[in-house]
Amino acid sequence: MRYLPLTKDDRAQMLAAIGAKSVDELFKDVPEAARLGGLIDLPRRQGEMEVERQLAAMAGKNIAASQVPFFVGAGAYKHHIPATVDHLIQRSEFLTSYTPYQPEITQGTLQYLFEFQTQVALLTGMEVANASMYDGSTACGEAVLMAHRVTKRKKAVLSGNLHPHYQDVVANLSDFGSYKLVTEPPCPKGTEGLAGEIDEETSCVVVQNPDVFGHVRDLSALAEAAHAKGALMIVVVPEIVSLGLITPPGEMGADIVVGEGQSLGNGLNFGGPYVGLFAAKQKFVRQMPGRLCGETVDAEGKRGFVLTLSTREQHIRREKATSNICTNSGLCCLAFTIHLSLLGEEGYTRLARINHANAVKLADALGAVPGVKVMNETFFNEFTIETPKPGAEVIDALVEKGVLGGVPLSRLMPGNDAMKNLIAVASTEVNSDQDRAAYARALKEVLA
Amino acid sequence: MSDIRFTKDHEWVLVDGDTATIGISDYAQEQLGDVVFVELPDIGKTLEQGDEAAVVESVKAASEVYAPVSGEVIEVNEELEAAPGRVNEDAMGEGWFVKLKLTDEDELDDLMDEAAYAKYIKELD
Amino acid sequence: MNSMNAKGRPTGTGAETGFTPHETFTGNRGLVQEEPLIFELDSPGASGVDLDEPEEFAPRLGAAARQGRIGLPGLSEPEVMRHYVRLSQKNYAIDSGLYPLGSCTMKHNPRLNEKMARLPGFGDVHPLQPQQTVQGALELIDTLAHWLKELTGMPAVAMSPKAGAHGELCGMMAIDAALRARGEEGTRKRVLVPESAHGTNPATAAQIGFTVDSIPATDDGHVDVAAFKAKLGPDVAAIMLTNPNTCGLFERDIIEIADAVHEAGGYFYCDGANFNAIAGRVRPGDLGVDAMHINLHKTFSTPHGGGGPGAGPVVLSEALAPFAPLPWIVHDKGAYRAIEHESEGTGQPFGRMTAFHGQMGMFVRALSYMLSHGADGIRQASEDAVLSANYILASLKDVMSAPYEGPCMHEALFDDSFLKGTGVETLDFAKAMIDEGYHPMTMYFPLVVHGAMLIEPTESESKDSLDLFIATLRDLAESAKRGETERFSGAPYLAPRRRLDETQAARKPILRWQHGRNEPASKAAE
Repeated sequence: MRYLPLTKDDRAQMLAAIGAKSVDELFKDVPEAARLGGLIDLPRRQGEMEVERQLAAMAGKNIAASQVPFFVGAGAYKHHIPATVDHLIQRSEFLTSYTPYQPEITQGTLQYLFEFQTQVALLTGMEVANASMYDGSTACGEAVLMAHRVTKRKKAVLSGNLHPHYQDVVANLSDFGSYKLVTEPPCPKGTEGLAGEIDEETSCVVVQNPDVFGHVRDLSALAEAAHAKGALMIVVVPEIVSLGLITPPGEMGADIVVGEGQSLGNGLNFGGPYVGLFAAKQKFVRQMPGRLCGETVDAEGKRGFVLTLSTREQHIRREKATSNICTNSGLCCLAFTIHLSLLGEEGYTRLARINHANAVKLADALGAVPGVKVMNETFFNEFTIETPKPGAEVIDALVEKGVLGGVPLSRLMPGNDAMKNLIAVASTEVNSDQDRAAYARALKEVLA
Repeated sequence: MSDIRFTKDHEWVLVDGDTATIGISDYAQEQLGDVVFVELPDIGKTLEQGDEAAVVESVKAASEVYAPVSGEVIEVNEELEAAPGRVNEDAMGEGWFVKLKLTDEDELDDLMDEAAYAKYIKELD
Repeated sequence: MNSMNAKGRPTGTGAETGFTPHETFTGNRGLVQEEPLIFELDSPGASGVDLDEPEEFAPRLGAAARQGRIGLPGLSEPEVMRHYVRLSQKNYAIDSGLYPLGSCTMKHNPRLNEKMARLPGFGDVHPLQPQQTVQGALELIDTLAHWLKELTGMPAVAMSPKAGAHGELCGMMAIDAALRARGEEGTRKRVLVPESAHGTNPATAAQIGFTVDSIPATDDGHVDVAAFKAKLGPDVAAIMLTNPNTCGLFERDIIEIADAVHEAGGYFYCDGANFNAIAGRVRPGDLGVDAMHINLHKTFSTPHGGGGPGAGPVVLSEALAPFAPLPWIVHDKGAYRAIEHESEGTGQPFGRMTAFHGQMGMFVRALSYMLSHGADGIRQASEDAVLSANYILASLKDVMSAPYEGPCMHEALFDDSFLKGTGVETLDFAKAMIDEGYHPMTMYFPLVVHGAMLIEPTESESKDSLDLFIATLRDLAESAKRGETERFSGAPYLAPRRRLDETQAARKPILRWQHGRNEPASKAAE
């Protein structure tokens, strides 16, 4: 087997050194009843070519985003990733290193984590950020638990326009943790008022911007309403490119900001791995989940970086830890950080403008299709259309015409009749004028 | 009487009138290593003997500090928030944690005096 | 024709002139380059990406349009490339050397797996594309699920958990859901966890409201079965047990433990972090396990990436399978279908762990690993991992001190009693390994052993590599006993950084760069 360096002779010599007759002797603690005599009923070893052939056959059955006019979003976005990113993250020293527990020989990882934390803090307008969570949805769940710890209250208020998967993750944690949860119904028009739900028991209000329908809002008044009751405002950013054009949540008064960082540096990957962003006010830092990287000096006074404030974490604090998270999204942070470093201030804000401009053009083009209504007054790179036919049927019919046209909101919120004819449509820098024209043409045909 | 008393968990308590000052022993700070953070209780909180009164953290460990005696928190050593290293420098003095208004002086009888504590830690090593 | 050019020969060592290079002008040391933070390399206005400014248009951002600059630095592509290449050169990695971190399974990461994960049909598909356009992706998840179920002998698997700890959470939620379905909500709130457990176990249990009750270990490193049984009762929800355990031993009483917890009405959660010792030789399903997460980033070689991403699918017993979280995949009418809502399938899913379908990128890599190894290769890999750990244990136990008699499983555990009286502690010993070109082993874990050193060589090392590692540790152990404390107390001397001041980092946390505050190579402001 090509991955196993030990030869037959090596094994024999090693057994002799150990003083065992066979490998079976090393497994003598395994109860007799549980020892497998033969091989498990699965295929035998294969060479690279054979493996590649099988997996390529599976991959070939899928339509890749880059093959067709592509407008699917709702929490994951197709962007162009510079070639440099994928090259760098595949360097052995990054790819095959462990969590930087020995800082003297993992300064590479630690320094990019410090850069990542700084970038996330800058984008969100917050004071501190951690070294990542698994993804946006789990970061959102953790933010609610953190708000409960900070405020010593047990009730969260969720916007109905929070991505339904995110709502489910929070609901799951609240359910098993015996916390209270108030979830508003979805509001496709984007006029939801949450302030009235916040009371003296409320630990936090959770609101997404842009929301699942694409609406962009100034949340300053909501922050004030939350703070007046002693509650925190948690802002969820599902599309991190949006902060190139939208006021950062920190400036709107957010206490905790979580987000999905996939758009920078990370491919669609059918849903993962992605990178959860988690930022907060400095005063809450000891209640934050996850790893934090900090600056210090070494024995010679040279600047260096270490994992710090680790007493919050499971490996030290065990059942009193702020979270059980251990492995996070290390390499995805690196991809994020490299992509954002390549973009820089100019590139990042221009990327955001291109996304917004493309979405505006698409909204105008689709809005001109007979029977189609654009639901949004405000949006960034994603908006919602209402069609005269059920959204799921429209999307399926568009597939036949070679267009991946978005996410029918009935897929995210089945059983809610108000969602039946709604489709979330995203447009990023990858879409050309021809893509948009193809979409409008196909939609017209489908609805005719 | 203002004798110092110790617990098996290495807290000390010094009673002056009905005020009990609480800290961790020199032995405890040495075991912990550099103290980097101290979490103190709210003033006015009532603690029973054995309740968690504070948390003291080093880089690699966090330990609860338990109330050696019952009482109401009347003062906390806020200086430790900015200068937690004081616990290492002067655990038995400037590095105190909490002052309680003592409710039951008899609880002191459960605790060790200086000599008994010295013997106790000698046995631990 | 010229004979050899004298200048092509090596120069002297410098010793004869008394010159020893100490400080360089740049601070660099040959290939080890000092590198500022990316923020300190700012050329305002520069960008490493060429994008055309869009034509004039009327924005639709409402009142939420951003004002002012963000503060991101501008760099060209070559500058960014050089920056991150230089950073990479300060990292140890499994590709550059033996990485004996116990509990972490730092094995070879085949690049075929990377290539497969980047096929556009896997890497460039969206989780919410219409399902008829992602049949191959669903097939891949279903195929991996089949392998995991066969390898573990378990009837079901929840694929979506994002890492080991997330898998633990999933398993414990399934247990809680099963208890609720039995009408025992709120009555069974105690979870038994051995002292030697990973920190994630008690943290997970506590996160969803269980209280943690610790089980002691016996003197030979196993769960104290008598003490465990004495703790069972009608309020016990589950035991969380790592097997093979964190002392590197197989829990030989495991079936008795499983039977006892089941008899008491509780469930058996197994932490599968050490599955690499037994994959292909022992199926957890035959041990009475109800739920076990599998760290794909350990046993199935998906790269650690400096701390993630991982993936933690959880296999489930018949008793827990109905409660598995959304989503899952079914195959009917000749097609694959992802069940994303309770209304679409059978079962009583307890909820959802994460958005979308889990760590697809890791699934592809893990399946690529499995297909390459096959049933025979996986079994051989486990045997080699166990053999290598035992070889280390046998080769070092005369100079280092092993708290437990062998054989061990895929990790060899030592304590610090061999260092007693030398003035060298476990930490110093580990740091001296860095100067010898090795990443240290896991230290001070498990907690049940004083000054623990947990060595996991994995199956990826040749015998020559193991022999050099053993010889190095022997040399270090003998050196410590000879009293050569300087080799340890100041170590590492030769790494990109000497020991770092973690106390300062924690007392005055600096968690981000701020303009003018953290200057290169300066001592951080007090």
